[in-house]
Amino acid sequence: MSTVQPSPTVGYGSMRRKEDPRFVRGQGRYIDDLKLPGMLHGAVLRSPLAHARIISIDTAAAAAHPKVKAVITGADLAGLGLAWMPTMSQDTQAVLATDKVRFQGQEVAFVVAEDRYSARDALELIDVEYEELPVVIDARKALDADAPIIRDDKEGQTSNHIFDWEAGDSEETDRVFAAADVVVARDIIYPRCHPAPLETCGAVAQMDPVMGKLTLWTTTQAPHAHRTVYALVAGLPEHKIRIIPGDIGGGFGNKVPVYPGYVCAIVGSILTGKPVKWMEDRSENLLSTGFARDYIMHGEIAATSDGTITGLRVTTTADHGAFNATAQPTKYPAGFFHIFSGSYDLQAAHCKVTGVYTNKAPGGVAYRCSFRVTEAVYLVERMVDALALELKLDPAQLRLKNFIRPEQFPYQCKTGWTYDSGEYERAMRLAMEIAGYDDLRREQAEKRARGELMGIGIAFFTETVGAGPRKDMDILGLAMNDGADLRVHPTGKAVLGISAMSQGQGHETTFAQIVSEELGIPSADIEVVNGDTDRTPYGLGTYGSRSTPVSGAATALVARKVRERARLIAAGMLEASPDDLEWERGRWFVKGDPEQGSTIQEIAMAAHGAGDLPEGVEGMLEDTCVYNPPNLTFPFGAYICVVDIDPGTAKVVVRRFVAVDDCGVRINPMIVEGQIHGGLAEGVGIALMELIAFDEQGNCLGGSFMDYLIPTALEVPEWELGATVTPSPHHPIGAKGVGESPTVGSPPAIVNAIIDALHDSHGVDHIDMPCTPGRVWDAMQGRAEPPQ
Amino acid sequence: MQVTVTINGEERSADVEPRTLLVHFIRDDLDLTGTHWGCDTSNCGACVVLFDGEPLKSCTMLAATAAGHEITTVEGLAAGGELDPVQQGFIECHGQQIGFCTPGMLLTARALLDANPDPSEHEIREAISGQICRCTGYSNIVKAVRWAAENAPATTTTTTTTTGA
Repeated sequence: MSTVQPSPTVGYGSMRRKEDPRFVRGQGRYIDDLKLPGMLHGAVLRSPLAHARIISIDTAAAAAHPKVKAVITGADLAGLGLAWMPTMSQDTQAVLATDKVRFQGQEVAFVVAEDRYSARDALELIDVEYEELPVVIDARKALDADAPIIRDDKEGQTSNHIFDWEAGDSEETDRVFAAADVVVARDIIYPRCHPAPLETCGAVAQMDPVMGKLTLWTTTQAPHAHRTVYALVAGLPEHKIRIIPGDIGGGFGNKVPVYPGYVCAIVGSILTGKPVKWMEDRSENLLSTGFARDYIMHGEIAATSDGTITGLRVTTTADHGAFNATAQPTKYPAGFFHIFSGSYDLQAAHCKVTGVYTNKAPGGVAYRCSFRVTEAVYLVERMVDALALELKLDPAQLRLKNFIRPEQFPYQCKTGWTYDSGEYERAMRLAMEIAGYDDLRREQAEKRARGELMGIGIAFFTETVGAGPRKDMDILGLAMNDGADLRVHPTGKAVLGISAMSQGQGHETTFAQIVSEELGIPSADIEVVNGDTDRTPYGLGTYGSRSTPVSGAATALVARKVRERARLIAAGMLEASPDDLEWERGRWFVKGDPEQGSTIQEIAMAAHGAGDLPEGVEGMLEDTCVYNPPNLTFPFGAYICVVDIDPGTAKVVVRRFVAVDDCGVRINPMIVEGQIHGGLAEGVGIALMELIAFDEQGNCLGGSFMDYLIPTALEVPEWELGATVTPSPHHPIGAKGVGESPTVGSPPAIVNAIIDALHDSHGVDHIDMPCTPGRVWDAMQGRAEPPQ
Repeated sequence: MQVTVTINGEERSADVEPRTLLVHFIRDDLDLTGTHWGCDTSNCGACVVLFDGEPLKSCTMLAATAAGHEITTVEGLAAGGELDPVQQGFIECHGQQIGFCTPGMLLTARALLDANPDPSEHEIREAISGQICRCTGYSNIVKAVRWAAENAPATTTTTTTTTGA
């Protein structure tokens, strides 16, 4: 474990976070903390049914409520051209339903009232008459001939089919499979779960009718992209929209999309002339906002009899809910699922993904995951373990045998990615050393002999993060690039503006450290501004582990541009040629004469001073940069999990969890390790308890924290971390991004451990998540059912 | 109805509807927004305050019920502007990321240390097990509370253990 002592004053290293003094005093600035003069409160009426035609909506009683200022329906929005909005996947989504409701919890009407209780009271006064329609909940039945058509609003849409997407060489993969000694198949479900940040989604909209400027304080991970969406949806001029996220109480992907509630708050403010706050409750968050996963996969792995993996193929049905609102680069409707060949040197691989509509909430955001990398890693790591069972090989040895070797990087994988760098065996062996792998296997053998159920599970992952190169990637036509602007003030203090948006990742600290490393200015003297679109450069925000890979690169490069400007100014100050100057952190000096130099602070003052500058050099000391990544980055890691299962209750206890992560260069190791801790806990939740389930009528069974279970301090172990550092060769500071690695890598390690515990004694060779006691018990009795 | 409480050592009063939840009273009427709200169902503990010195989920009590009692929120932890050791511990040990569960965690930790100045790791985990943190994976929160235990001033004086009426 890193500790914060001693804190570096300049550059990289573990140091206390700049954010924390306000957080420990309760002085974070979250959306719901905002209170503006005359502010009104909005509330959303939601559909109780999963699929129904709207016959009528009677709002008269609600409108007559003495504290109600406005009642808005889909018909009202249709009059403004706002009843539908674009999603991030070239689909449309109803803001407020006009024709039908298509999932339970869908937005039907919006009330604006003087206080939050009255707004909720008024929802009860709205009378909606529905005509119930048949529902499709199981994605496997969505394409049946008798399935009701969910999106009959779309011209030409005659089924619930959204897309088919393939990657890899199908024929070559079939050839490799035909030649294989052994082929193992598994049906694997990554069930629907939810990011469930502790702070729900919300907004305060303030339309200034005189200046025509909209200020929207809102929970968004992508403030600039949201601004552009509002400009396109509402026809508001983009320079008259200002988005201010403030502090965000957790995102994990949930706060990437634009939600109907945000749009309704804006409309409410326009209609009433007052600021309008909308803050969803927990059930609304779980019922209606961006879910994650819901992939139904059939995987096959091919190998030689001695355990050389030769091929992998998978067909997937992707449940996208009622509107295709997944967030991912346009070209990739299944996200980056085609990283599913993982960390192994295969001869061939192929995947086919079919996306379908169901009567479930839209979303398909990544829950702490770079665009379906989580599903891909789960698939391959479960398949490798299935092969190990078939061949009776140790799962660690099987992985070691098949890893892509260090000298193969940059590695062209069979589905189109170019992996930047990796030393997989080193990470794997470190994890085995920390875990004491051989001792664990001995302990397991002894316990098995006594009838105790202990399992050891391994997962090795390779991610693809930091989207992305503009030639390949966009969202809504917007390049996935990020800006940074850096201003060094006369006294040598600096302000950095970035387009990434922290949701707890500590950008104010880490990004100051990047500038500090490049310029030698103490990080305490660098203020980082993120979020406020009037104060920060354009960029696509924080998700997909892209902050450090993209915004971090922009930050390093803008600091280097400023450093070069400083060099020219220093040359004038020192009466030397710029070419004769040499940089040491914080200072330009004359080569061979280190006494003759100017600090960055002296240069900053000179840059702003009244004296002459060298010819052609602009005054002041500031610059901007936009970073277009040449490739994605490929963090990796080796995870080993030890579980104990109570044979009487089937309760799984994660006793140990070893995580060796290689995210390239670490700017602040304390923050990196904190990110890993958090993602591991979320992985435990996904593997053991988190599930958004539905009944046959489409009622959501995970609509509160009583039903959607999240691990507490008693369900997670003390994490055991290790690190290797394999820098990214194409990233300016060699960093790769880390926020999502632990959530990607931990679920397969846990599930593999559970199967490892139960295979010999109970013949269990597969189980789907979440591995609740009931589901594990069923598996032990030989009746494992997929989650509903 | 008029509700009066002693909050962070100060007597405060507001006119509220009888149904007003204590968490909304604290946040909206007394403007102490350090107490957060996260779930409605008493599962998450973002709304924990100290109620007569004991941790309480303030979304589970009516403001009216709290009348006449002593409440400590996160804003009251730093006596005289100096951070409570639990606050300092959360900074030293990286016990928070988004800071949303932090106020509730801090208050539970303060109550634990008042009752048990030298808690074990398991005792800390039990004490905070009624609260959810989505970011830290809990390890650093446990370390932060241990830091506070090990760095408690020789004579601890806090305003948080007073028993109310």
